[in-house]
Amino acid sequence: MQIPSTGLAAGVEGAVLKADVRDLDFYYGAFHALKRVSMPIHDHMVTALIGPSGCGKSTLLRCFNRMHDLYPGNRYAGGGIVLYPDDTNLLSPDVDPIEVRMRISMVFQKPNPFPKSIYENVAYSLRVRGMSNKSELDDRVESALKGAALWNEVSNRLKELGANLSGGQQQRLCIARALASDPEIILFDEPTSALDPIATASIEELIIELKEKVTILIVTHNMQQAARISDFTAYMYLGEMVEFGVTDQIFIKPQKKATEDYITGRFG
Amino acid sequence: MMTAADLAAIRAIITRAKRWDLFFSLLGILSLMVGVLTFTVLFVDMAIQGVPRLNLDFFTSFPSRKAANAGILSAWVGTVLVMLLTALAAVPLGVAAGVYLEEYAPKNWMTDIIEINISNLAGIPSIVYGLLALGLFVYYFGFGQSILSAGLTLALLILPVIIVATREAIRAIPQSIHEGSYACGATTWQTVSDHILPYSSAGILTGVIIGMARAIGETAPIITIGALTFIAFLPPAPFTGEPPAGLFDWIFAPFTVMPIQMFNWTSRPEAAFAINAAAAGFVLVFMTLAMNGLAIYVRYRLRKNIKW
Repeated sequence: MQIPSTGLAAGVEGAVLKADVRDLDFYYGAFHALKRVSMPIHDHMVTALIGPSGCGKSTLLRCFNRMHDLYPGNRYAGGGIVLYPDDTNLLSPDVDPIEVRMRISMVFQKPNPFPKSIYENVAYSLRVRGMSNKSELDDRVESALKGAALWNEVSNRLKELGANLSGGQQQRLCIARALASDPEIILFDEPTSALDPIATASIEELIIELKEKVTILIVTHNMQQAARISDFTAYMYLGEMVEFGVTDQIFIKPQKKATEDYITGRFG
Repeated sequence: MMTAADLAAIRAIITRAKRWDLFFSLLGILSLMVGVLTFTVLFVDMAIQGVPRLNLDFFTSFPSRKAANAGILSAWVGTVLVMLLTALAAVPLGVAAGVYLEEYAPKNWMTDIIEINISNLAGIPSIVYGLLALGLFVYYFGFGQSILSAGLTLALLILPVIIVATREAIRAIPQSIHEGSYACGATTWQTVSDHILPYSSAGILTGVIIGMARAIGETAPIITIGALTFIAFLPPAPFTGEPPAGLFDWIFAPFTVMPIQMFNWTSRPEAAFAINAAAAGFVLVFMTLAMNGLAIYVRYRLRKNIKW
């Protein structure tokens, strides 16, 4: 795969591009939330977005599955996000946001299982794709729950409400739901901020395992978390991409003073 | 350093401030009593007068010139049938309108104007709906002074209540559930049918019952469209009317309803008819309470499996 001109991925061996954010501008009404943001997303890697509150990291994440389309006044004002290998611009008005969400799934900040059974929660992403064969659904639900490291805990109570699980289990249920449809990218929006340290550790472990199967983009306000689980890190501030690079390099030898100030805790 | 005098001063301030708590709680109890006691007295008075009159004959007899023979057969059958048509018309329309406004309608000034007007519609005097229905259903559509006209009139009357209740029930669903569904790749209709409607059904049902409880007691619009006050026959059962008899002949039949029967009896000079009116009133209140009871039960059943 050809690495495009952003040049940001230079020096990473074996890195294949999965998506590319190019000069993206985004507005909430009159507020310019993303300013000519560019960054690459590498296939089967974990890319972390860090930065202080309000820097635009969640806004950028929610561009990837067109979540902004749900609310009036939001506007993609220039640039785009190109998904490889088919070179689809995810933000193009010609591309159906539902098609985008079928390719790119999402795990939210607060676990949000549907008030349905554990089974139906996972099966939902398959049902919207028209799957109704019972044995096929059973297989896919089981493998998604195994992929989310939840199967052993819930295999004998699939009919119980998802809300009866603990917070960490609920979040893994949401990961299973995001995984069931076999997406190309999974977006994580601060997935552990509502969880205790033990549940957080298990989710982090899971994310590292998941990159075997899928490309991961994660927003986190926890810099240690970014350092622990990501291969690439992007630091954003006030809607701009300040620095993007290999995680080790960002944390050990950042190129920009602003990045260094943030990760050393002098700021933010 | 706090001295004993400081402490005493603080305590005095607290005691004085707390007098307002006492004052307001007494005022609150008094206000509550005005409502509760008034209703209790009315209801008990009606029950004392009316309950001895209640027997099987009362429910199976048509109205009569003799108070002792008069019953509410045509009235309660009329009320049940009118309510059935009201629900059949108002629930699908109201829920569909509410879902459209919450999930589909573009957020612009047109929608804003519609929203404001729906709330206002709920406040329009019911007799105005009666006049509208007289022109529209009775004459223009030619439904006549029938159960159908009455059902549709009351449906119009409670439509705003159901729309508003539907919207509030939908808004009570957390945004995260909403987003979760869309993030799975669901369309708006899939989100509505798989999540929004199932999770809001308990709230919608509450609105429907509030609306129906209002409709069941409405008299003015029903009189306006020409319900009879004295009626000694029932609407034809399916396939028993004049040939060619059909399944739905009854919807075009003349009718009366409980509140009109009561109104009729209270306007008679004889005391015995006042007792009949009290008995009918008791039955009407009981019907309303039964509807509410059913709603509470169904709501409990529906909510049991909904946890965010």
